[in-house]
Amino acid sequence: MKTYTNTGSKDTRSGFGAGLAELGKSNENVVALCADLTGSLKMNAFADAHPDRFFQVGIAEANMIGIAAGMTIGGKIPFTGTFANFSTGRVYDQIRQSVAYSDKNVKICASHSGLTLGEDGATHQILEDIGLMKMLPGMTVINTCDYNQTKAATLAIADHHGPVYLRFGRPKVANFTPEDGEFHIGKAVHLQEGTDVTIVATGHLVWEALEAAKELHEKGISADVINIHTIKPLDEEAIINSVKKTGCIVTAEEHNYMGGLGESVARTLAQHLPTPQEFVATQDTFGESGTPDQLLEKYGLNAENIAAKAMAVIKRKK
Amino acid sequence: MADIQHLKDLVSQVRRDIVRQVHAVNSGHPGGSLGCTEFIVALYNEIMDHDPSFQMDGKNEDLFFLSNGHISPVFYSVLAHAGYFPKEELSTFRKLDSRLQGHPTTHEGLPGVRIASGSLGQGMSVGIGAAHSKKLNGDDKTVFTLHGDGELQEGQNWEAIMYASANHVDNLVATIDVNGQQIDGSTDSVLALGDLRMKFEAFGWEVVTVSKGNDLEAVIAGIKEAISLSRKRKPVCILLHTVMGHGVDFMMGSHEWHGIAPNDEQLADALSQNPETLGDY
Repeated sequence: MKTYTNTGSKDTRSGFGAGLAELGKSNENVVALCADLTGSLKMNAFADAHPDRFFQVGIAEANMIGIAAGMTIGGKIPFTGTFANFSTGRVYDQIRQSVAYSDKNVKICASHSGLTLGEDGATHQILEDIGLMKMLPGMTVINTCDYNQTKAATLAIADHHGPVYLRFGRPKVANFTPEDGEFHIGKAVHLQEGTDVTIVATGHLVWEALEAAKELHEKGISADVINIHTIKPLDEEAIINSVKKTGCIVTAEEHNYMGGLGESVARTLAQHLPTPQEFVATQDTFGESGTPDQLLEKYGLNAENIAAKAMAVIKRKK
Repeated sequence: MADIQHLKDLVSQVRRDIVRQVHAVNSGHPGGSLGCTEFIVALYNEIMDHDPSFQMDGKNEDLFFLSNGHISPVFYSVLAHAGYFPKEELSTFRKLDSRLQGHPTTHEGLPGVRIASGSLGQGMSVGIGAAHSKKLNGDDKTVFTLHGDGELQEGQNWEAIMYASANHVDNLVATIDVNGQQIDGSTDSVLALGDLRMKFEAFGWEVVTVSKGNDLEAVIAGIKEAISLSRKRKPVCILLHTVMGHGVDFMMGSHEWHGIAPNDEQLADALSQNPETLGDY
């Protein structure tokens, strides 16, 4: 079994900030906009180095999306930054008309997604943003798992023409993907070879999926683990090939079970290879205040529950 | 100045195009389109330095964004007459497989359209973004936007209005079509806008009022005055007082013609009031 090492916990948002700072140097068309959360999004380095290309819009997210859309006319590549809730639900119509329907090259970068925003509670936690964004025609949806991958994704989306939703989070999480890891939009990363059950995970839960695979291994169960960093377009081939071996699947995400990765996987399998599936996700509920760890445990978004769901789904195999 | 008679002929022809487009599909928005005809004709034929061969990025061109996208009939007609696409295509307005959607969009690849509009309130933000982009590119051309007065009820405008002055977006000229009408009635009865000049000035804008927004010469003079006030660290606004439905007597001044099409008899009447000058499509 392959082992993965946490090379030092870091927040995914800092990976975004580091990637953006690098883009500032390498791509003069990159501009950044922020709605009064520069520090939270770790955009300071870019803002300090390129004040002419950094736009503080204030607490006005709708205007920020519109300005970003307008900036693409003239060849700029705007990266907007605010919390995931205000990056999506608050400005859905602006994204729909001015960005997605207009096919504008805007990168909507969203931090503090999911439950792990923590103590701020349900008003600031969003658990439906993947669904909102993936339903928009032409929108690419990416949810990265650690610091290194978030940095790599930030660099990759600048070279991809079209609207992108890049989702990351607040807390420090295990950093385990290679520092120089390549990032291919739409291409899943196969982390672990296994034969008894497929586990596909996205975002912060990828590390939990690896931990679950370790637990399962100790019980003599072999799990195939896949990191789905791009939810749309979904790497259907990777998922289908895996369940051909294993015959059952668990999906894991820090998102509502409706509208998220699990639903995209279910649709894919229903069409191509109907397979028993279990969902590790929130169960159509809002969040609440608490520490990230407390919330992940209460809502079952952890290795323990992934392993439990894997045991359950194996029993459902024909 | 371009030959004023030619511009007047164009205004008459565009008005014919508007009512014919809307009549043909029994759907669309003639009132605001007719009211803004002089403005958009003037912009594209007298004011803007633009290229009908059309590049999406619009570098080194003046740009126009129509925020109140429902007045697409006037926009499409002016673009067609300016050479962006064949006039004959106006006959596909709002029909299946057309590039001329009910509300303008880039999605169908219609030359001349740089962003979708129709969901109201987003155009000023887009104009600001384009204006920023021009400055970053060292491009000294101007960005023009048009908004309905009722559209100012959308809060995003006020975010944009505040932002533009705070950030000295002085290569932007935003025009408000003040016709005092919206779908449900007069703007005063639906949600009164108050004193727009005072509001824009309080937000740090230069304001030009054009009281005769359906007088071609007055409109041209107003836009030129607005341009002369630009590049002075303030965004510029034109309060363009128009009459909804102008040029078709039975449509004038009433919100009733905001979004309904004339019948055959009404079409004939409207056409008789606007002679064919440059050839119907």
